[in-house]
Amino acid sequence: MDRIPILQMGDLLLVTIQVDMYDQLALTLQDDLSERISRTSARGVLIDISALDMVDSFIGRMIDTISGLSKIMDAQTVLVGMQPAVAITLVELGLTLPGVSTALNVERGMKLLQDRVREQ
Amino acid sequence: MATLQTSTLSAIRSQQNQLLNDWIDGLEASGATRNLKEQDLKQQTSEFLSLIVNGLERDSGQNIAAAGWDEIRQFLEKLSHSRALLGQDSHQTANFIFALKGPLFNLLQREYKDNPATLAEQLWEISELLDALGMHTIRTFQKSRESVIKRQQEELLELSTPVVKLWDGVLALPMIGTLDSQRTQVVMESLLQRIVDTGSEIAIIDITGVPTVDTLVAQHLLKTVTAIRLMGADCIISGVRPQIAQTIVHLGLDLQGVVTKANLADALKLALTRLGLNVTKAV
Repeated sequence: MDRIPILQMGDLLLVTIQVDMYDQLALTLQDDLSERISRTSARGVLIDISALDMVDSFIGRMIDTISGLSKIMDAQTVLVGMQPAVAITLVELGLTLPGVSTALNVERGMKLLQDRVREQ
Repeated sequence: MATLQTSTLSAIRSQQNQLLNDWIDGLEASGATRNLKEQDLKQQTSEFLSLIVNGLERDSGQNIAAAGWDEIRQFLEKLSHSRALLGQDSHQTANFIFALKGPLFNLLQREYKDNPATLAEQLWEISELLDALGMHTIRTFQKSRESVIKRQQEELLELSTPVVKLWDGVLALPMIGTLDSQRTQVVMESLLQRIVDTGSEIAIIDITGVPTVDTLVAQHLLKTVTAIRLMGADCIISGVRPQIAQTIVHLGLDLQGVVTKANLADALKLALTRLGLNVTKAV
């Protein structure tokens, strides 16, 4: 079965979504990520969705859920590289992801995440 | 079904000049010749008359969709198109054809004054034909007008959404005119695309040129702001005029989470502060 790799960088986790998401893949990612956060006691998660050019309401909610569960497990989440079309779709779907931090690209996202972690 | 008699046709042909003069007089009296050069008008009327005579000679019948009327249909299409570009209204364009009725009827009346039955029949035929031609003119005129309007709309849409770069990492979008769903969509797409292309962290939407803000416009603005935030950039709305601020408060709109500034200068100042930049006067 397909899995999305989760990379560890110090006390941060890096998730890059390079393939089209489907429901099962999203659920697996959710499980994997929560398990990894608890095992490595990571302080921050960076999710790069720059290669994702199509989303539906389920994937949108999944992004929201992931950010929510990492917050509960005391890890900051930053979502980076959202494509314009994806942003418009999510807004039209009414998924405004109020609790999710965002950044334009991985570099800035990483900086933001490190700042957040240091502040804690 | 009655057809035009040869005598009618020859009468038209022999008195073509007289007919032409009467027609032009009629056109001028009705005011349909405004903005038209006299020379053009003469040329158009005589061309139309000779085309109609040609068509009648070929005995093409009443159906102007028939092949015999090809030339005259093309002529009318060209004519109505040029009238549409000149900015004439449909009334003036239609009058071009209908003003010919009077002189033609007079001619027929002179021709058949001893034979009322034929007169009525021939009048009916001519009238039917001119009506059909007039309708065709109006139809093509409308089509030309619609295409002009459509083109202008598209141009307006493109013109009205320029995204400008104010500073390294600061984009501005001066909105002018009423915001509707279609425009918001175009604006949102072009702004988001520019944010990706330039990697700008701050986008300023200036609504000085937006005449009114109602619930719908506010909703569109909020959508744009949210989309920008999802991309990882910040958005500032500037140019909130006093009346607009009052309207927003009266309508009870919730603009929470949106940074608003009174003018573009304030917004730029805030953007520079956020980027950690400082503008000082050179001594």
